[in-house]
Amino acid sequence: MIHTENLTKKFGDRTAVEALTLDVREGEVFGFLGPNGAGKTTTVRMLTTLIGPTAGTATVNNFRVGQDDTAIRRCTGILTETPGMYDRLSAEKNLMIFAHLYEVADVKGQVEKYLRLLGLWERRNDLVGNFSKGMKQKLAICRALLHEPAIVFLDEPTSALDPEAARLVRDFIEEIKTQGRTIFLCTHNLDEADRLCDRIGVMKQRLITVDTPANLRNKLYGCKVVFHLREADDALLARVRALPFVKEAQRMDNKFVLGLDDPETHNPTLVRLLVEAGADIQFVGELRHSLEDVYLSLVGSTD
Amino acid sequence: MPKIWTIVDKEWAEVFKNRLVLFTVIFMPILFTALPLIMVAIGSSQADMGDATDMPASYMEMCGDLTGAACFTLIMVNQFLLLFMMMPLIIPVTIAAYSIVGEKTTRCLEPLLATPITTAELLIGKSLAALIPGVLATWLSFGVFAVVAYIMVQSPELLRRILDPMWIIAIGLVGPLLALAGINVTLMVSSRVSDPRTAEQVSTLLVLPLLGLFFAQIAGVLMVNAQVMQLAAVIMAAVDAGLVYLGVRAFQRETILTKWK
Repeated sequence: MIHTENLTKKFGDRTAVEALTLDVREGEVFGFLGPNGAGKTTTVRMLTTLIGPTAGTATVNNFRVGQDDTAIRRCTGILTETPGMYDRLSAEKNLMIFAHLYEVADVKGQVEKYLRLLGLWERRNDLVGNFSKGMKQKLAICRALLHEPAIVFLDEPTSALDPEAARLVRDFIEEIKTQGRTIFLCTHNLDEADRLCDRIGVMKQRLITVDTPANLRNKLYGCKVVFHLREADDALLARVRALPFVKEAQRMDNKFVLGLDDPETHNPTLVRLLVEAGADIQFVGELRHSLEDVYLSLVGSTD
Repeated sequence: MPKIWTIVDKEWAEVFKNRLVLFTVIFMPILFTALPLIMVAIGSSQADMGDATDMPASYMEMCGDLTGAACFTLIMVNQFLLLFMMMPLIIPVTIAAYSIVGEKTTRCLEPLLATPITTAELLIGKSLAALIPGVLATWLSFGVFAVVAYIMVQSPELLRRILDPMWIIAIGLVGPLLALAGINVTLMVSSRVSDPRTAEQVSTLLVLPLLGLFFAQIAGVLMVNAQVMQLAAVIMAAVDAGLVYLGVRAFQRETILTKWK
Protein backbone atom coordinates (compact mmCIF):
# COMPACT_ATOMS: atom_id res chain seq x y z
CA MET A 1 0.00 0.00 0.00
CA ILE A 2 2.86 2.33 0.90
CA HIS A 3 6.35 1.59 -0.26
CA THR A 4 9.41 3.77 0.11
CA GLU A 5 12.91 3.13 -1.14
CA ASN A 6 15.76 5.20 0.31
CA LEU A 7 13.40 8.12 0.74
CA THR A 8 15.42 11.13 1.84
CA LYS A 9 14.57 14.71 2.65
CA LYS A 10 17.08 17.45 3.32
CA PHE A 11 16.39 21.05 4.26
CA GLY A 12 19.62 22.80 3.35
CA ASP A 13 22.37 21.00 5.24
CA ARG A 14 19.99 19.34 7.67
CA THR A 15 18.80 15.83 6.90
CA ALA A 16 15.26 15.37 8.16
CA VAL A 17 14.72 11.86 6.78
CA GLU A 18 17.55 9.62 5.71
CA ALA A 19 17.20 6.71 3.29
CA LEU A 20 13.86 5.49 4.59
CA THR A 21 12.92 2.10 3.17
CA LEU A 22 9.53 0.95 4.37
CA ASP A 23 6.52 -1.17 3.44
CA VAL A 24 3.09 -0.58 4.91
CA ARG A 25 0.56 -3.29 4.11
CA GLU A 26 -3.00 -2.84 3.02
CA GLY A 27 -5.47 -2.66 5.91
CA GLU A 28 -2.93 -2.42 8.69
CA VAL A 29 -2.49 0.24 11.33
CA PHE A 30 1.14 1.23 11.08
CA GLY A 31 2.54 3.14 14.02
CA PHE A 32 5.33 5.60 13.35
CA LEU A 33 7.21 6.43 16.51
CA GLY A 34 10.12 8.71 17.14
CA PRO A 35 11.24 11.66 19.25
CA ASN A 36 10.48 15.26 18.27
CA GLY A 37 12.38 16.18 15.11
CA ALA A 38 12.82 12.53 14.13
CA GLY A 39 11.32 13.14 10.68
CA LYS A 40 7.86 11.66 11.22
CA THR A 41 5.89 14.67 10.02
CA THR A 42 8.32 15.21 7.14
CA THR A 43 7.75 11.60 6.08
CA VAL A 44 3.98 12.05 6.21
CA ARG A 45 4.29 15.26 4.21
CA MET A 46 6.33 13.48 1.56
CA LEU A 47 3.88 10.59 1.38
CA THR A 48 0.92 12.96 1.09
CA THR A 49 2.82 14.90 -1.63
CA LEU A 50 2.88 18.10 0.39
CA ILE A 51 6.64 18.29 -0.03
CA GLY A 52 8.92 16.53 -2.46
CA PRO A 53 11.70 14.12 -1.50
CA THR A 54 15.31 15.11 -2.03
CA ALA A 55 16.20 11.54 -3.05
CA GLY A 56 14.66 8.09 -3.19
CA THR A 57 11.25 6.94 -4.33
CA ALA A 58 7.86 6.28 -2.80
CA THR A 59 4.58 4.82 -3.98
CA VAL A 60 1.26 5.28 -2.22
CA ASN A 61 -1.62 3.04 -3.32
CA ASN A 62 0.53 2.20 -6.38
CA PHE A 63 0.83 5.88 -7.33
CA ARG A 64 4.29 7.33 -7.56
CA VAL A 65 5.11 10.31 -5.34
CA GLY A 66 6.27 13.19 -7.55
CA GLN A 67 4.47 11.85 -10.61
CA ASP A 68 0.91 11.02 -9.58
CA ASP A 69 0.52 13.57 -6.81
CA THR A 70 -3.09 14.50 -7.52
CA ALA A 71 -4.09 10.82 -7.62
CA ILE A 72 -2.34 10.30 -4.27
CA ARG A 73 -4.15 13.24 -2.71
CA ARG A 74 -7.45 11.81 -3.90
CA CYS A 75 -6.90 8.45 -2.20
CA THR A 76 -5.35 9.70 1.04
CA GLY A 77 -6.75 11.58 4.00
CA ILE A 78 -4.64 13.48 6.48
CA LEU A 79 -5.15 14.56 10.05
CA THR A 80 -2.47 17.16 10.65
CA GLU A 81 -0.81 17.79 13.99
CA THR A 82 -3.10 20.78 14.64
CA PRO A 83 -6.71 20.49 13.46
CA GLY A 84 -6.45 23.59 11.23
CA MET A 85 -10.16 24.36 10.90
CA TYR A 86 -11.67 27.67 9.84
CA ASP A 87 -12.81 29.09 13.18
CA ARG A 88 -15.14 31.70 11.69
CA LEU A 89 -17.09 29.10 9.74
CA SER A 90 -19.55 26.51 10.98
CA ALA A 91 -18.62 22.86 11.33
CA GLU A 92 -20.80 21.97 8.36
CA LYS A 93 -19.38 24.73 6.15
CA ASN A 94 -15.84 23.62 7.01
CA LEU A 95 -16.59 20.08 5.86
CA MET A 96 -18.55 21.21 2.79
CA ILE A 97 -15.52 23.15 1.56
CA PHE A 98 -13.25 20.16 1.86
CA ALA A 99 -15.83 17.80 0.38
CA HIS A 100 -15.93 20.01 -2.72
CA LEU A 101 -12.14 20.17 -2.89
CA TYR A 102 -11.95 16.37 -2.61
CA GLU A 103 -14.52 16.11 -5.42
CA VAL A 104 -16.94 14.13 -3.26
CA ALA A 105 -20.02 13.15 -5.30
CA ASP A 106 -22.62 13.39 -2.52
CA VAL A 107 -21.29 16.36 -0.57
CA LYS A 108 -24.25 16.84 1.75
CA GLY A 109 -24.67 13.13 2.39
CA GLN A 110 -21.03 12.55 3.28
CA VAL A 111 -20.87 15.62 5.50
CA GLU A 112 -23.97 14.50 7.39
CA LYS A 113 -22.70 10.92 7.66
CA TYR A 114 -19.44 11.89 9.35
CA LEU A 115 -20.92 14.64 11.51
CA ARG A 116 -23.41 12.11 12.85
CA LEU A 117 -20.77 9.41 13.21
CA LEU A 118 -18.63 11.60 15.44
CA GLY A 119 -21.55 13.09 17.35
CA LEU A 120 -21.28 16.60 15.91
CA TRP A 121 -24.50 16.73 13.89
CA GLU A 122 -26.38 18.75 16.50
CA ARG A 123 -23.57 21.30 16.56
CA ARG A 124 -23.20 21.52 12.78
CA ASN A 125 -24.25 25.19 12.59
CA ASP A 126 -21.99 26.33 15.42
CA LEU A 127 -18.82 28.24 14.63
CA VAL A 128 -15.78 26.01 14.97
CA GLY A 129 -14.08 28.75 16.98
CA ASN A 130 -16.47 27.89 19.83
CA PHE A 131 -15.57 24.18 19.76
CA SER A 132 -13.39 22.47 22.36
CA LYS A 133 -10.06 20.94 21.29
CA GLY A 134 -11.60 17.49 21.27
CA MET A 135 -14.48 18.58 19.06
CA LYS A 136 -12.11 20.30 16.65
CA GLN A 137 -10.02 17.14 16.50
CA LYS A 138 -13.10 15.06 15.77
CA LEU A 139 -14.09 17.49 13.05
CA ALA A 140 -10.59 17.24 11.57
CA ILE A 141 -10.96 13.46 11.54
CA CYS A 142 -14.28 13.86 9.69
CA ARG A 143 -12.47 16.01 7.16
CA ALA A 144 -9.77 13.39 6.66
CA LEU A 145 -12.38 10.72 5.93
CA LEU A 146 -15.00 12.63 3.91
CA HIS A 147 -13.80 11.29 0.57
CA GLU A 148 -13.47 7.72 1.90
CA PRO A 149 -9.70 7.49 1.38
CA ALA A 150 -7.98 4.12 1.20
CA ILE A 151 -5.11 5.42 3.32
CA VAL A 152 -5.40 7.72 6.31
CA PHE A 153 -2.44 9.56 7.79
CA LEU A 154 -2.97 10.55 11.41
CA ASP A 155 -0.35 12.83 12.91
CA GLU A 156 -0.61 12.86 16.70
CA PRO A 157 -4.38 12.36 16.73
CA THR A 158 -4.79 12.46 20.50
CA SER A 159 -2.14 15.00 21.46
CA ALA A 160 -3.46 17.85 23.62
CA LEU A 161 -6.75 16.06 24.19
CA ASP A 162 -8.21 15.29 27.58
CA PRO A 163 -8.45 11.56 28.43
CA GLU A 164 -12.12 11.35 27.51
CA ALA A 165 -11.69 12.99 24.11
CA ALA A 166 -8.53 10.95 23.47
CA ARG A 167 -10.46 7.77 24.18
CA LEU A 168 -13.22 8.80 21.79
CA VAL A 169 -10.66 9.42 19.06
CA ARG A 170 -8.91 6.10 19.73
CA ASP A 171 -12.23 4.25 19.60
CA PHE A 172 -12.94 5.89 16.29
CA ILE A 173 -9.54 4.89 14.91
CA GLU A 174 -10.32 1.29 15.91
CA GLU A 175 -13.61 1.62 14.10
CA ILE A 176 -12.09 2.87 10.86
CA LYS A 177 -9.50 0.11 11.13
CA THR A 178 -12.31 -2.42 10.87
CA GLN A 179 -13.38 -0.79 7.59
CA GLY A 180 -10.20 -2.09 5.99
CA ARG A 181 -8.47 1.24 5.60
CA THR A 182 -4.72 1.49 5.91
CA ILE A 183 -3.81 3.81 8.77
CA PHE A 184 -0.43 5.47 9.15
CA LEU A 185 -0.33 6.70 12.73
CA CYS A 186 2.34 9.08 14.03
CA THR A 187 2.21 9.25 17.77
CA HIS A 188 4.15 9.96 20.93
CA ASN A 189 1.61 8.04 22.91
CA LEU A 190 3.19 4.62 23.25
CA ASP A 191 0.23 3.10 25.00
CA GLU A 192 -1.92 4.23 22.10
CA ALA A 193 0.51 2.73 19.59
CA ASP A 194 0.59 -0.52 21.56
CA ARG A 195 -3.18 -0.77 21.58
CA LEU A 196 -3.92 0.32 18.03
CA CYS A 197 -1.00 -0.67 15.84
CA ASP A 198 -0.41 -3.93 14.01
CA ARG A 199 3.19 -2.96 13.36
CA ILE A 200 5.43 -0.19 14.56
CA GLY A 201 8.32 1.61 12.92
CA VAL A 202 10.73 3.49 15.16
CA MET A 203 12.29 6.44 13.46
CA LYS A 204 15.09 8.84 14.26
CA GLN A 205 16.06 10.50 10.99
CA ARG A 206 16.45 6.95 9.70
CA LEU A 207 14.30 3.92 10.38
CA ILE A 208 15.65 2.02 13.38
CA THR A 209 13.33 -0.97 13.26
CA VAL A 210 9.91 -2.22 12.15
CA ASP A 211 7.93 -5.04 13.74
CA THR A 212 4.83 -5.90 15.72
CA PRO A 213 4.76 -4.52 19.28
CA ALA A 214 5.02 -8.08 20.67
CA ASN A 215 8.01 -8.97 18.49
CA LEU A 216 9.78 -5.76 19.38
CA ARG A 217 9.47 -6.68 23.06
CA ASN A 218 10.64 -10.21 22.43
CA LYS A 219 13.56 -9.11 20.33
CA LEU A 220 14.79 -6.77 23.01
CA TYR A 221 13.88 -8.53 26.19
CA GLY A 222 12.91 -12.03 25.16
CA CYS A 223 9.75 -13.52 26.55
CA LYS A 224 9.55 -13.92 30.28
CA VAL A 225 7.01 -15.91 32.27
CA VAL A 226 6.45 -15.57 36.01
CA PHE A 227 5.35 -18.56 38.09
CA HIS A 228 3.94 -17.56 41.45
CA LEU A 229 4.34 -20.47 43.89
CA ARG A 230 3.14 -20.95 47.46
CA GLU A 231 6.72 -21.89 48.34
CA ALA A 232 9.81 -21.91 46.17
CA ASP A 233 13.35 -23.07 46.77
CA ASP A 234 16.66 -23.15 44.91
CA ALA A 235 16.57 -26.91 44.37
CA LEU A 236 13.35 -26.60 42.42
CA LEU A 237 14.80 -23.66 40.50
CA ALA A 238 17.81 -25.81 39.54
CA ARG A 239 15.51 -28.51 38.13
CA VAL A 240 13.66 -25.89 36.07
CA ARG A 241 16.91 -24.32 34.88
CA ALA A 242 18.08 -27.70 33.64
CA LEU A 243 15.28 -27.89 31.09
CA PRO A 244 16.65 -27.30 27.56
CA PHE A 245 14.07 -24.71 26.54
CA VAL A 246 14.57 -22.51 29.60
CA LYS A 247 17.01 -19.81 28.55
CA GLU A 248 17.16 -18.00 31.82
CA ALA A 249 15.78 -18.60 35.32
CA GLN A 250 15.68 -16.39 38.40
CA ARG A 251 14.10 -16.83 41.81
CA MET A 252 12.50 -13.78 43.46
CA ASP A 253 11.09 -14.90 46.81
CA ASN A 254 8.36 -17.34 45.88
CA LYS A 255 8.40 -16.43 42.22
CA PHE A 256 10.33 -17.96 39.33
CA VAL A 257 11.01 -15.61 36.42
CA LEU A 258 11.84 -17.72 33.37
CA GLY A 259 13.06 -16.71 29.97
CA LEU A 260 11.39 -18.80 27.25
CA ASP A 261 11.42 -18.78 23.46
CA ASP A 262 7.91 -20.08 23.03
CA PRO A 263 5.78 -19.83 26.20
CA GLU A 264 2.65 -21.25 24.60
CA THR A 265 4.48 -24.56 23.89
CA HIS A 266 6.59 -24.79 27.01
CA ASN A 267 4.32 -23.45 29.76
CA PRO A 268 2.28 -26.72 30.02
CA THR A 269 5.51 -28.74 30.39
CA LEU A 270 6.74 -26.41 33.11
CA VAL A 271 3.41 -26.51 34.98
CA ARG A 272 3.47 -30.33 34.87
CA LEU A 273 7.05 -30.48 36.15
CA LEU A 274 6.38 -28.08 39.00
CA VAL A 275 3.18 -29.84 40.07
CA GLU A 276 4.90 -33.25 39.96
CA ALA A 277 7.69 -31.77 42.06
CA GLY A 278 5.10 -30.87 44.69
CA ALA A 279 4.92 -27.13 44.07
CA ASP A 280 1.64 -25.30 44.54
CA ILE A 281 1.20 -22.93 41.59
CA GLN A 282 -0.88 -19.92 42.51
CA PHE A 283 -0.85 -18.35 39.05
CA VAL A 284 1.22 -17.95 35.91
CA GLY A 285 1.67 -14.71 33.99
CA GLU A 286 3.73 -13.00 31.34
CA LEU A 287 6.32 -10.46 32.47
CA ARG A 288 5.50 -7.75 29.96
CA HIS A 289 7.82 -4.86 29.21
CA SER A 290 6.00 -1.70 28.22
CA LEU A 291 6.39 -0.36 24.71
CA GLU A 292 7.93 2.65 26.39
CA ASP A 293 10.82 0.48 27.59
CA VAL A 294 11.24 -0.88 24.08
CA TYR A 295 11.03 2.56 22.50
CA LEU A 296 13.48 4.19 24.89
CA SER A 297 15.88 1.34 24.45
CA LEU A 298 15.70 1.56 20.64
CA VAL A 299 15.92 5.32 20.43
CA GLY A 300 18.59 5.49 23.14
CA SER A 301 20.73 2.94 21.29
CA THR A 302 21.13 5.37 18.38
CA ASP A 303 22.52 8.22 20.51
CA MET B 1 -12.92 25.84 -12.08
CA PRO B 2 -15.23 24.38 -9.40
CA LYS B 3 -12.31 24.22 -6.96
CA ILE B 4 -11.44 27.85 -7.67
CA TRP B 5 -15.02 28.88 -6.83
CA THR B 6 -14.92 26.74 -3.70
CA ILE B 7 -11.88 28.75 -2.59
CA VAL B 8 -13.62 32.02 -3.50
CA ASP B 9 -16.71 30.94 -1.56
CA LYS B 10 -14.61 29.96 1.44
CA GLU B 11 -12.66 33.22 1.38
CA TRP B 12 -15.78 35.34 1.21
CA ALA B 13 -17.52 33.32 3.90
CA GLU B 14 -14.54 33.83 6.19
CA VAL B 15 -13.08 37.19 5.31
CA PHE B 16 -16.34 39.14 5.38
CA LYS B 17 -16.78 38.12 8.99
CA ASN B 18 -13.73 40.25 9.74
CA ARG B 19 -15.06 43.65 10.82
CA LEU B 20 -12.06 45.59 9.53
CA VAL B 21 -12.40 44.06 6.08
CA LEU B 22 -16.14 44.63 6.07
CA PHE B 23 -15.65 48.24 7.15
CA THR B 24 -13.11 48.82 4.36
CA VAL B 25 -15.35 47.25 1.72
CA ILE B 26 -18.44 49.23 2.77
CA PHE B 27 -17.08 52.53 4.07
CA MET B 28 -14.46 53.25 1.43
CA PRO B 29 -16.81 53.18 -1.60
CA ILE B 30 -19.30 55.41 0.25
CA LEU B 31 -16.59 57.92 1.16
CA PHE B 32 -14.93 57.90 -2.26
CA THR B 33 -18.27 58.36 -4.02
CA ALA B 34 -19.38 61.13 -1.71
CA LEU B 35 -16.22 63.26 -2.01
CA PRO B 36 -16.40 64.05 -5.77
CA LEU B 37 -20.16 64.52 -5.48
CA ILE B 38 -19.61 67.08 -2.72
CA MET B 39 -17.22 68.85 -5.10
CA VAL B 40 -19.90 68.83 -7.79
CA ALA B 41 -22.41 70.27 -5.31
CA ILE B 42 -20.02 73.00 -4.18
CA GLY B 43 -19.16 73.88 -7.79
CA SER B 44 -22.84 74.04 -8.74
CA SER B 45 -23.62 76.39 -5.84
CA GLN B 46 -21.02 78.93 -6.98
CA ALA B 47 -22.77 81.39 -9.30
CA ASP B 48 -19.67 83.17 -10.49
CA MET B 49 -16.02 82.52 -9.70
CA GLY B 50 -14.60 84.86 -12.29
CA ASP B 51 -13.02 83.92 -15.54
CA ALA B 52 -11.28 80.62 -16.20
CA THR B 53 -8.36 82.63 -17.52
CA ASP B 54 -7.47 83.27 -13.87
CA MET B 55 -6.42 79.61 -13.65
CA PRO B 56 -2.85 78.35 -14.17
CA ALA B 57 -1.94 77.46 -17.76
CA SER B 58 -2.16 73.68 -17.19
CA TYR B 59 -5.67 74.04 -15.76
CA MET B 60 -6.66 76.28 -18.65
CA GLU B 61 -5.66 73.52 -21.05
CA MET B 62 -7.99 71.10 -19.26
CA CYS B 63 -10.89 73.55 -18.93
CA GLY B 64 -10.94 75.05 -22.43
CA ASP B 65 -13.86 77.43 -22.65
CA LEU B 66 -15.57 76.45 -19.38
CA THR B 67 -16.63 79.17 -16.96
CA GLY B 68 -14.55 79.74 -13.84
CA ALA B 69 -17.01 77.86 -11.61
CA ALA B 70 -17.27 74.94 -14.02
CA CYS B 71 -13.48 74.80 -14.35
CA PHE B 72 -13.11 74.75 -10.56
CA THR B 73 -15.66 71.93 -10.35
CA LEU B 74 -13.93 69.92 -13.06
CA ILE B 75 -10.50 70.26 -11.46
CA MET B 76 -11.74 69.33 -8.00
CA VAL B 77 -13.79 66.41 -9.27
CA ASN B 78 -10.83 65.13 -11.25
CA GLN B 79 -8.70 65.16 -8.10
CA PHE B 80 -11.17 63.02 -6.29
CA LEU B 81 -11.90 60.71 -9.18
CA LEU B 82 -8.31 59.53 -8.77
CA LEU B 83 -9.50 58.06 -5.49
CA PHE B 84 -11.63 55.63 -7.49
CA MET B 85 -8.38 54.15 -8.74
CA MET B 86 -7.17 53.62 -5.17
CA MET B 87 -10.30 51.72 -4.22
CA PRO B 88 -9.61 48.59 -6.30
CA LEU B 89 -6.13 48.56 -4.81
CA ILE B 90 -6.93 49.08 -1.14
CA ILE B 91 -9.97 46.76 -0.86
CA PRO B 92 -8.33 43.68 -2.47
CA VAL B 93 -5.12 44.21 -0.53
CA THR B 94 -7.08 44.31 2.73
CA ILE B 95 -8.94 41.13 1.80
CA ALA B 96 -5.85 39.31 0.50
CA ALA B 97 -3.78 40.23 3.53
CA TYR B 98 -6.33 38.72 5.90
CA SER B 99 -7.23 35.72 3.77
CA ILE B 100 -3.66 34.60 3.16
CA VAL B 101 -2.08 35.37 6.50
CA GLY B 102 -5.25 33.93 8.05
CA GLU B 103 -4.38 30.54 6.55
CA LYS B 104 -1.12 30.69 8.39
CA THR B 105 -2.46 31.82 11.73
CA THR B 106 -5.22 29.21 11.75
CA ARG B 107 -2.86 26.51 10.40
CA CYS B 108 -5.37 25.53 7.78
CA LEU B 109 -2.89 25.51 4.94
CA GLU B 110 -1.60 21.97 5.30
CA PRO B 111 -4.99 20.23 5.12
CA LEU B 112 -5.93 22.55 2.27
CA LEU B 113 -2.81 21.68 0.28
CA ALA B 114 -3.38 17.98 0.96
CA THR B 115 -6.54 18.11 -1.15
CA PRO B 116 -6.34 17.56 -4.92
CA ILE B 117 -6.39 21.32 -5.53
CA THR B 118 -3.49 22.60 -7.63
CA THR B 119 -1.32 25.49 -6.45
CA ALA B 120 -2.55 27.56 -9.41
CA GLU B 121 -6.20 26.91 -8.48
CA LEU B 122 -5.51 27.89 -4.88
CA LEU B 123 -3.74 31.12 -5.79
CA ILE B 124 -6.25 32.05 -8.51
CA GLY B 125 -9.10 31.40 -6.08
CA LYS B 126 -7.52 33.58 -3.44
CA SER B 127 -6.72 36.32 -5.96
CA LEU B 128 -10.26 36.35 -7.38
CA ALA B 129 -11.76 36.40 -3.89
CA ALA B 130 -9.78 39.56 -3.23
CA LEU B 131 -10.08 41.12 -6.70
CA ILE B 132 -13.81 40.77 -7.41
CA PRO B 133 -15.21 42.71 -4.40
CA GLY B 134 -12.72 45.55 -4.90
CA VAL B 135 -13.38 45.94 -8.60
CA LEU B 136 -17.16 45.54 -8.26
CA ALA B 137 -17.27 48.07 -5.42
CA THR B 138 -15.29 50.52 -7.57
CA TRP B 139 -17.45 50.09 -10.65
CA LEU B 140 -20.62 50.33 -8.61
CA SER B 141 -19.39 53.48 -6.86
CA PHE B 142 -18.39 55.09 -10.14
CA GLY B 143 -21.78 54.15 -11.60
CA VAL B 144 -23.51 55.83 -8.66
CA PHE B 145 -21.26 58.86 -9.03
CA ALA B 146 -22.00 59.09 -12.78
CA VAL B 147 -25.77 58.89 -12.29
CA VAL B 148 -25.84 61.46 -9.48
CA ALA B 149 -23.45 63.77 -11.38
CA TYR B 150 -25.71 63.47 -14.44
CA ILE B 151 -28.63 64.66 -12.31
CA MET B 152 -26.70 67.43 -10.51
CA VAL B 153 -24.59 69.00 -13.25
CA GLN B 154 -26.47 71.54 -15.34
CA SER B 155 -23.80 72.30 -17.94
CA PRO B 156 -23.65 69.64 -20.67
CA GLU B 157 -20.08 70.67 -21.46
CA LEU B 158 -18.96 70.18 -17.84
CA LEU B 159 -20.80 66.87 -17.62
CA ARG B 160 -19.09 65.65 -20.79
CA ARG B 161 -15.69 66.52 -19.30
CA ILE B 162 -16.45 65.02 -15.89
CA LEU B 163 -17.59 61.75 -17.44
CA ASP B 164 -14.62 61.70 -19.80
CA PRO B 165 -13.91 58.28 -21.44
CA MET B 166 -10.48 58.61 -19.82
CA TRP B 167 -12.11 57.53 -16.58
CA ILE B 168 -13.44 54.41 -18.26
CA ILE B 169 -9.80 53.45 -18.97
CA ALA B 170 -8.75 54.53 -15.50
CA ILE B 171 -11.45 52.81 -13.51
CA GLY B 172 -12.29 49.99 -15.91
CA LEU B 173 -8.72 48.95 -16.70
CA VAL B 174 -5.99 50.66 -14.69
CA GLY B 175 -7.81 50.12 -11.40
CA PRO B 176 -8.16 46.33 -11.78
CA LEU B 177 -4.54 46.14 -13.00
CA LEU B 178 -3.47 47.99 -9.86
CA ALA B 179 -5.57 45.60 -7.80
CA LEU B 180 -3.87 42.60 -9.40
CA ALA B 181 -0.47 44.10 -8.64
CA GLY B 182 -1.53 44.71 -5.03
CA ILE B 183 -2.73 41.13 -4.62
CA ASN B 184 0.47 39.71 -6.07
CA VAL B 185 2.59 41.84 -3.78
CA THR B 186 0.41 40.80 -0.84
CA LEU B 187 0.87 37.14 -1.77
CA MET B 188 4.62 37.56 -1.78
CA VAL B 189 4.77 39.61 1.40
CA SER B 190 2.48 37.12 3.11
CA SER B 191 5.03 34.37 2.70
CA ARG B 192 7.44 36.29 4.90
CA VAL B 193 5.24 37.80 7.61
CA SER B 194 2.78 36.45 10.13
CA ASP B 195 0.68 39.54 10.73
CA PRO B 196 -1.97 40.60 8.20
CA ARG B 197 -1.38 44.26 9.04
CA THR B 198 2.26 44.01 7.96
CA ALA B 199 1.28 42.44 4.64
CA GLU B 200 -1.38 45.08 4.17
CA GLN B 201 0.92 47.98 5.01
CA VAL B 202 3.69 46.84 2.67
CA SER B 203 1.26 46.16 -0.18
CA THR B 204 -0.52 49.48 0.14
CA LEU B 205 2.78 51.17 -0.70
CA LEU B 206 1.51 50.68 -4.24
CA VAL B 207 -0.81 53.58 -3.53
CA LEU B 208 2.21 55.90 -3.62
CA PRO B 209 2.33 56.31 -7.44
CA LEU B 210 -1.37 57.21 -7.35
CA LEU B 211 -0.81 59.70 -4.58
CA GLY B 212 2.07 61.11 -6.65
CA LEU B 213 -0.37 61.56 -9.54
CA PHE B 214 -2.91 63.12 -7.17
CA PHE B 215 -0.46 65.70 -5.84
CA ALA B 216 1.13 66.32 -9.25
CA GLN B 217 -2.31 67.21 -10.54
CA ILE B 218 -3.08 69.48 -7.57
CA ALA B 219 0.23 71.26 -8.11
CA GLY B 220 -0.57 71.63 -11.79
CA VAL B 221 2.61 69.72 -12.74
CA LEU B 222 0.74 66.96 -14.54
CA MET B 223 -2.80 66.79 -15.80
CA VAL B 224 -4.44 63.38 -15.86
CA ASN B 225 -5.66 62.74 -19.38
CA ALA B 226 -6.32 59.83 -21.71
CA GLN B 227 -2.63 59.59 -22.72
CA VAL B 228 -1.50 59.42 -19.09
CA MET B 229 -4.08 56.72 -18.40
CA GLN B 230 -3.12 54.70 -21.46
CA LEU B 231 0.51 54.91 -20.42
CA ALA B 232 -0.45 53.87 -16.88
CA ALA B 233 -2.41 50.90 -18.27
CA VAL B 234 0.58 49.74 -20.32
CA ILE B 235 2.98 50.16 -17.39
CA MET B 236 0.65 48.34 -14.99
CA ALA B 237 0.09 45.50 -17.47
CA ALA B 238 3.87 45.05 -17.70
CA VAL B 239 4.27 45.27 -13.91
CA ASP B 240 1.47 42.71 -13.43
CA ALA B 241 3.03 40.31 -15.92
CA GLY B 242 6.30 40.52 -13.98
CA LEU B 243 4.59 40.12 -10.61
CA VAL B 244 2.49 37.14 -11.75
CA TYR B 245 5.65 35.48 -13.10
CA LEU B 246 7.48 36.08 -9.81
CA GLY B 247 4.43 34.98 -7.84
CA VAL B 248 4.14 31.66 -9.67
CA ARG B 249 7.86 31.04 -9.21
CA ALA B 250 7.76 32.02 -5.55
CA PHE B 251 4.66 30.05 -4.57
CA GLN B 252 5.55 26.45 -5.08
CA ARG B 253 3.53 24.11 -2.85
CA GLU B 254 6.53 23.23 -0.69
CA THR B 255 7.52 26.87 -0.30
CA ILE B 256 4.03 27.76 0.81
CA LEU B 257 3.95 24.98 3.34
CA THR B 258 7.40 25.41 4.82
CA LYS B 259 7.54 29.21 4.74
CA TRP B 260 3.94 30.14 5.47
CA LYS B 261 4.32 29.37 9.15
